[in-house]
Amino acid sequence: MSGLRIDHVGKTFGMFEALKDIDLDFPDGRFICLLGPSGCGKTTLLRVIAGLETPTTGRILLDGVDITAVPAHRRGLGMVFQSLALFPHLSVGENIAYGLRIRGADLATRRRKAEELLALVHLPGVADRPISQLSGGQRQRVAIARALALDPKLFLLDEPLSALDAKLREAMQVELKLLQQRLGISTIVVTHDQREALTMADIVVVMDHARVQQVGPPLEIYRNPVNAFVADFIGTSNLLPGVAEGQDTLSIDGIQVAGARPHGLARGSKAAISIRPEEVVVHPAGEQGPNRLPAEVTFVRDLGASVEIMLACARRELLAVTSPRERPDVRVGDRVVLELPPAACVVLPS
Amino acid sequence: MTDRWPRGLPARLPVLWPAAMLLLFFVVPFGIMLAVSFFHQVEGGFYEPGFELANYARFLDPFFGRALLFSLWISVLAAVIVIAVAFPFTYCLTRLRRRAQIPFLVFVLAVLSLSEVIIGFAWSTLLSRTAGLSNLVAWAGLIPRAQAWTPSFGALLMGLCYLGFPYTVLILFPPLSRLDPEIPEASRTLGASPLRTFFLVIVPVLRAPLLGALIMVFVFNLGAYLLPQVLGRPQHWTLSVHISDQAVFQSNLPFAAAMAIFLMLFSLAFIGLTMVLGGRKEAAR
Repeated sequence: MSGLRIDHVGKTFGMFEALKDIDLDFPDGRFICLLGPSGCGKTTLLRVIAGLETPTTGRILLDGVDITAVPAHRRGLGMVFQSLALFPHLSVGENIAYGLRIRGADLATRRRKAEELLALVHLPGVADRPISQLSGGQRQRVAIARALALDPKLFLLDEPLSALDAKLREAMQVELKLLQQRLGISTIVVTHDQREALTMADIVVVMDHARVQQVGPPLEIYRNPVNAFVADFIGTSNLLPGVAEGQDTLSIDGIQVAGARPHGLARGSKAAISIRPEEVVVHPAGEQGPNRLPAEVTFVRDLGASVEIMLACARRELLAVTSPRERPDVRVGDRVVLELPPAACVVLPS
Repeated sequence: MTDRWPRGLPARLPVLWPAAMLLLFFVVPFGIMLAVSFFHQVEGGFYEPGFELANYARFLDPFFGRALLFSLWISVLAAVIVIAVAFPFTYCLTRLRRRAQIPFLVFVLAVLSLSEVIIGFAWSTLLSRTAGLSNLVAWAGLIPRAQAWTPSFGALLMGLCYLGFPYTVLILFPPLSRLDPEIPEASRTLGASPLRTFFLVIVPVLRAPLLGALIMVFVFNLGAYLLPQVLGRPQHWTLSVHISDQAVFQSNLPFAAAMAIFLMLFSLAFIGLTMVLGGRKEAAR
């Protein structure tokens, strides 16, 4: 079977459990993001894949071969580190060709490959410069080129863009995605930035407390989070607590609100509705219809490209986002009615 | 920093204070020593002011030339051995968890508190025939009977290495602790075994602190004058021993001063050479 299989992997450091029963299957050629807050185990999982940590339980299989016991230097994987870890005593070209030098490639081959890779990462003609003369963004590209020099089976990146400023980071996200598509190489990126994950990933693995919370394409995770943590962590989400009623309805302060799908929860059990801010529709007070809740405007933030309306609803803070064109005529203190379209409401057990 | 020269005493104090200390405790004593090295030695007495090169001319005697060469040789050899042992030791130590490092550091510091005298006589006992380690080796059947391993060149070398080891560990500890652990890991993921990573990445990245430690241990060894007398034979006496011998027992201060200056010039030349060689390698990269 081709691809990477993580077979019930667990990892403990002394008393601390960093990974709990991680079981994942990644087909070849995909761009995968391990996403989660700091300390969730995502970096440990990447290091286990790279061979820099040995799992306490479970196995790692690459193309059907068990590589759990193979040391890092025999795995043939490319890795970009969070600190980039460029070798300060070597020039840019020597850094990139380091892996080839270990393999015993001659100087001409090393030189040619370094130039090729520098062109690939849009940084030609700097092979002879010392690392200290490069900017942060340039070092980033050198680290990527170095990791790709040995045509690795897997391309691993640990928070690769965290050191860059916001603008450069966005540009690099797109570039990294394009590079991955061009090379068709299986890539795993660790990040805590959900925008980064949504921009680049084919598959997002959301992790928290050493466990995988949800696996799926970014939009699927965005639209149908499986629990409150995922709903809250991916994008901004409004959570309204209530009590399960019918097959697909919830009672919030005595008002029936319908969700998109049957929730399968027992009548009377505690639950919550998750709805994205851009799905919430603000109507003037008195508007009638199903799936509507009364609310009060607490703050209006006009950001130019979008308008954010903060609301108090069912003793909770709620956020609605609209475009300036569709902006409802509301002021702070106004009583309004919120429409929660059933298709956008996800019922989650609490 | 301003371009203007600081005015007034308070502003100049940061420069004047160290300058005064340097003058009082280094330049003046060195000047006296330099002057004495040209003075005339009074047979069976002290010395009288004068200017003669007789003290320096005695270096032409092959005996002292040999002592100088031997001093340099054993100092370099011990320094290289100490670095070769202490560097991997310190590297492994810094890779441990903080709590596991503490007992090792306490031990190293404890060794540091031992004086050269205690270390010298402890090794002389340990390497002796009657009470030494060779009894254990003989008991294990590896040698037919216990033998004296001291005084000898090996014993002296051993003593110097033992003396220099804790200093080297303490000098290398901070730069090695600061080494980004991802740098050797990056080398691993690029296909280099731990051993190759050590020689291709860790050693060159830490070349400057290594060179600094090497020079320090070398200078330190050069000044050792007790260990050669305790653990070495007279032919293993370093120039430092001869200096103290001339100054204390032969009452020939002018000759002792001349030897001290000669030793200093040679070690300065040696340090300069090491730094030039180290720097050139850097420029070539």
